[in-house]
Amino acid sequence: MAEFLINGFLIFLLAIIAVVAIRSIKIFSTVMLAGAYSLICAIIFVSLDAVDVAFTEAAVGAGLSTVLYIAAMRHLPKREKVVNDNTIFAFIVCFGVGCLLIWASFDLPVIGDPMAPIHQHVGPYYISNTKPDMGIPNLVTGVLASYRGYDTLGETVVIFTAGLGVLLLLGDGKNRDKNE
Amino acid sequence: MFELSLLICGLAVILCLWRVALGPTAYDRILAVNAVGSLVIIGITLHGFFMGRPEFIDIAILYALINFIGTIAILKLFSENKNKKN
Repeated sequence: MAEFLINGFLIFLLAIIAVVAIRSIKIFSTVMLAGAYSLICAIIFVSLDAVDVAFTEAAVGAGLSTVLYIAAMRHLPKREKVVNDNTIFAFIVCFGVGCLLIWASFDLPVIGDPMAPIHQHVGPYYISNTKPDMGIPNLVTGVLASYRGYDTLGETVVIFTAGLGVLLLLGDGKNRDKNE
Repeated sequence: MFELSLLICGLAVILCLWRVALGPTAYDRILAVNAVGSLVIIGITLHGFFMGRPEFIDIAILYALINFIGTIAILKLFSENKNKKN
């Protein structure tokens, strides 16, 4: 009951922040609200026992994203351009997709159900073999760094290449004054 | 005891969000988001004790570090803008 109340309160807060962030015209205010949104999101992940996801959300969502948004904001005007288009059609599409998603969520297994299909595929193998194979107690680390080690290596190479490409395209800012 | 503290934390978060949304100056917003961050740190710690799993305090420590970096970046932006004007 207490857990339900806490989660409900946090999700209520998220909804309020999202609405206020969409309605606000000042870009700085929206960036700040996005940071607060990430922080609240991370508590929800902690509350759902997904501590590693909460770590990532705190580091990337609240920390790094805010810094990147702020860096991008330097090149933007201070206020959004207000557009008064007719948004009824978009509202109907969003409302319909939302209803479909809520309807689909009734078929999901209960949170933490050990008999859910996702926990029956390779999960039991990892749970029984991580400790003998690697000698470490953390299953997530065992899966990421050893069972799917090549996968993680590939992901790292992809992200490194993407970062290198962006750096080569944008430069480090030293030659900016010559062009301007 | 923990229930009461969590409740007070929640109310404080709502008040801070109010200030983020309405805050007349940018500095109000920065302070308010910083305060939300601090309340989240307290909230995670309280939640850990409330659910009987106080092992998650290290996440609260990480939050404290991240909160600091974001605020520094924002304030750096403001100081740069000020230097440009002068």
